[in-house]
Amino acid sequence: MTDADLFSTRRLWRFHGGVHPPQHKRESNDQPVLKAELPGRLTLPLHQHIGAPAEPIVEVGDLVLKGQRIAKAKGYVSAPLHAPTSGRIIDIGDYPVPHPSGLSAPCIVIEADGEDRWIDREPIADYLSLEPSELRNRIRDAGIVGLGGAGFPSYIKMNPGGGKVIETLILNGAECEPYITCDDALMRRQADEIIGGMNIVRHALQARECLIAIEDNKPEAIAAMRAAIEGMEGVEVVPVPTLYPEGGEKQLVKVLTGKEVPTDSLCASVGVVGTNVGTAAAVYHAVHHGTPLISRLVTITGDGVGRPRNLEVLIGTRMDELITSCLGDLAKIERIIMGGPMMGFSMSRADLPVIKTTNCVLALHRESAPTHTAMPCIRCGACADSCPINLLPQQIYWYSKFRDLERVQEYNLFDCIECGCCSYVCPSHIPLVHYFRYAKGDIWIKEREKEKADLARRRHDSRQARIEREKAEAAALRAQKRAALEASKAAAGAADTRKTEVEAAMKRAESRRQAAMDQAETQRQKAQARVRPDAAKDEVKEALKATKETPSAEQPPEQQAGNEEKDA
Amino acid sequence: MSRLFRTATSPHVTTSNSVTRVMMTVFLALIPGIATYVWLFGWGVVINILFAILVALVCEGGMLWLRKRPLKPFLSDGSAVVTATLLALTIPPLSPWWITLIGVGFAIIVGKHLYGGLGYNPFNPAMLGYVLLLVSFPREMTSWLPVITFSQHPLDFTQSLSYILGGHLPPGLTIDALSEATPLDSLKNNLRQGNTIAEIRAQLGLDDATSRMLSIIPIFGNFGGKGWEWVNFAYLLGGLFLIWRRIIGWQIPVAMLASLAGMSLIFYGVNGNAYVSPMFHLFAGATMLGAFFIATDPVTAATSVQGRLVYGAGIGILVYIIRVWGGYPDAVAFSVLLMNMTVPLIDARFKPRVFGHLK
Repeated sequence: MTDADLFSTRRLWRFHGGVHPPQHKRESNDQPVLKAELPGRLTLPLHQHIGAPAEPIVEVGDLVLKGQRIAKAKGYVSAPLHAPTSGRIIDIGDYPVPHPSGLSAPCIVIEADGEDRWIDREPIADYLSLEPSELRNRIRDAGIVGLGGAGFPSYIKMNPGGGKVIETLILNGAECEPYITCDDALMRRQADEIIGGMNIVRHALQARECLIAIEDNKPEAIAAMRAAIEGMEGVEVVPVPTLYPEGGEKQLVKVLTGKEVPTDSLCASVGVVGTNVGTAAAVYHAVHHGTPLISRLVTITGDGVGRPRNLEVLIGTRMDELITSCLGDLAKIERIIMGGPMMGFSMSRADLPVIKTTNCVLALHRESAPTHTAMPCIRCGACADSCPINLLPQQIYWYSKFRDLERVQEYNLFDCIECGCCSYVCPSHIPLVHYFRYAKGDIWIKEREKEKADLARRRHDSRQARIEREKAEAAALRAQKRAALEASKAAAGAADTRKTEVEAAMKRAESRRQAAMDQAETQRQKAQARVRPDAAKDEVKEALKATKETPSAEQPPEQQAGNEEKDA
Repeated sequence: MSRLFRTATSPHVTTSNSVTRVMMTVFLALIPGIATYVWLFGWGVVINILFAILVALVCEGGMLWLRKRPLKPFLSDGSAVVTATLLALTIPPLSPWWITLIGVGFAIIVGKHLYGGLGYNPFNPAMLGYVLLLVSFPREMTSWLPVITFSQHPLDFTQSLSYILGGHLPPGLTIDALSEATPLDSLKNNLRQGNTIAEIRAQLGLDDATSRMLSIIPIFGNFGGKGWEWVNFAYLLGGLFLIWRRIIGWQIPVAMLASLAGMSLIFYGVNGNAYVSPMFHLFAGATMLGAFFIATDPVTAATSVQGRLVYGAGIGILVYIIRVWGGYPDAVAFSVLLMNMTVPLIDARFKPRVFGHLK
């Protein structure tokens, strides 16, 4: 393959900024892809995707077959879960999961019986005869979510809705994060399956053209994919210049089509849908073989492992087993990251299961996981030059540091995709992205508090209004009665005075009783109002928990920087 | 359970760039300018720079200690060295030691640390120090030297050192006899006296041999101020190096030089006898040092691309206005400080269009 093959006649656009971190892709690419050993036990978190967690449909003690559904999707944005191998359900409960919070979450644990026995699978013979909605349901039932890292349920992407016309389907094989090569390996080995999956998605979307974007640092993948589309109409493999974060969906749309997806909108709003190459291959297996998503390619790499490589791994396999199988010494590893070095999150333990979005397990030694002393910002603007969103990170940093939450939003904090370019280039080694996450969390908490406060105020106001109204009504009633009394007095004259007096006394008693009842009611409401703020507090606490994504995020970034100072 | 790993926040890689490296590259880029300056104006420049650096480091260390900040990272960040060097390059080559001491001390203690230290100062510290000296000690600050080849008594290293530290000159010499007005100053005085540029050129634009014979200090060089044109040219080279190394952006120098050239071109075009040519303005005084090394101080400059253009253009225009109609012959320091004040406004007004925010 010559260099000329890496060029495309297609016009490309570019996004602002971007960086070229050291690639480190060769390490894991030099070794052939292997199937990881069948583990004895698999831990399957119920929440491996964006949306609601799946709901178990098995019980402890049940025997399951490979590919059998063990948890169902709950609601529209959710995905079911399948048994990656045959065995017995030995527990359903909380286990540590790979998540920036480092917390535990509900999981189904399967003890493998070692037989790896499949359930009866139902391939679709002719998907072209199926309605797109039927096809989407099959993909939903196969538990397929975006394998690029986000884990968004794929069938939703295949349903742009609202009669939107999808011009372009982009197959994302950019793989711009350093170290990761699982998409590269997949494209080199299983190009036909990816293309098969692409055709299915294209059919479901009725997309006019398909563009397969691959960064030009993967010539073999480009060649393999080109061979696989030989003779196809409206499909093109487009080599794109290597530049992080080109694999970001909106960045890639810009590069390939020149279209800028408006903030707060999905790519579908400009007639484009993007899907990862791994996801396409999973769609292919779901439709043509009736195989649900139970395994994926994972790059095990970093200088912490002796033989970096790509492994085909069953979902639920423990990462430390994979590291050990790639000759990694856990005792010598300083940092373990799920995902790439730019956007991946570091984990406090290695005995966590691989989930559907685990594209890479990166194990680093101390030398390659440096901590720097953060110096003050000198406003050099390197961060702004590198920002793919064209933000001014130096300004957002300044205002987040001083908790000016209005200003950070004026500077469009919420457009930040946390790609890490700014922190990467910062000569002062300021953990900028960390500040931005922290500020986002701060704002979310404040907004929730404000919502609660508004609700409480509305409640209080309407109660106040009701009490006023009731008072006015009671007063009116009394006035009426008094008037009636006067009238009857005048009519009956002195003879009936006694009788009237008795009646009046009875009426007084009645109104007293009414007043007592009113009071009781008011007190009951007061008590309720007292209970509610407590409930609100709990909810805020939960919100807090949810927003504190990383354990380190629990401390303000200054402290974080301080810690790093101490270590340095 | 397996062992616990320390967690950290993404990204897990950074460039090897650092504040120290940025500052040292700036210092490196100053070397051609310094060398030319020394070559044309004598050893005093080097003595000033070394003494200024010493004072800066002592002040920096003292302030860090008082402010209970870690010494090592901040003393080694190079920012005090750059501030000291820039200030030393703006004062006359034969300035008494206490000029440097006061200027640098004020720059570091008041200009930098009282505002919060590195990254927090709103005004360029070196320029604050310079302006303090200029308004407080006008005699010392205007005792410039002629280009060494036109000097009747060029001083060697020891003589320069002896004057700077002890105020001793070789017998029979006074500082007034040694010093001369700079081309910008001399031009301004001549214009004030009602001379036209053509007349000044006739008197002060003679060839070197004739000038020397008549003991005249020429104003005009080949393309700028006599002598200063080459110092400016060397700063320009250093500045281009900084742009190439991406230490500074092109916006501020280009905007500043373009607006200065534009302003001077307009007036030169209207009346070439009362206003000097754009080339003279570009290659005289502190123009190039200001454009590439002073106005570009990131801490005190505007930060967005558009903002930097506005900021740089503002400096260029102010430099011209003050040089031509103001009381001082040169104006880079005042212009930079004035524009420093506008930075918060510029930053708030000029923001780039954010991706996805369509017009």
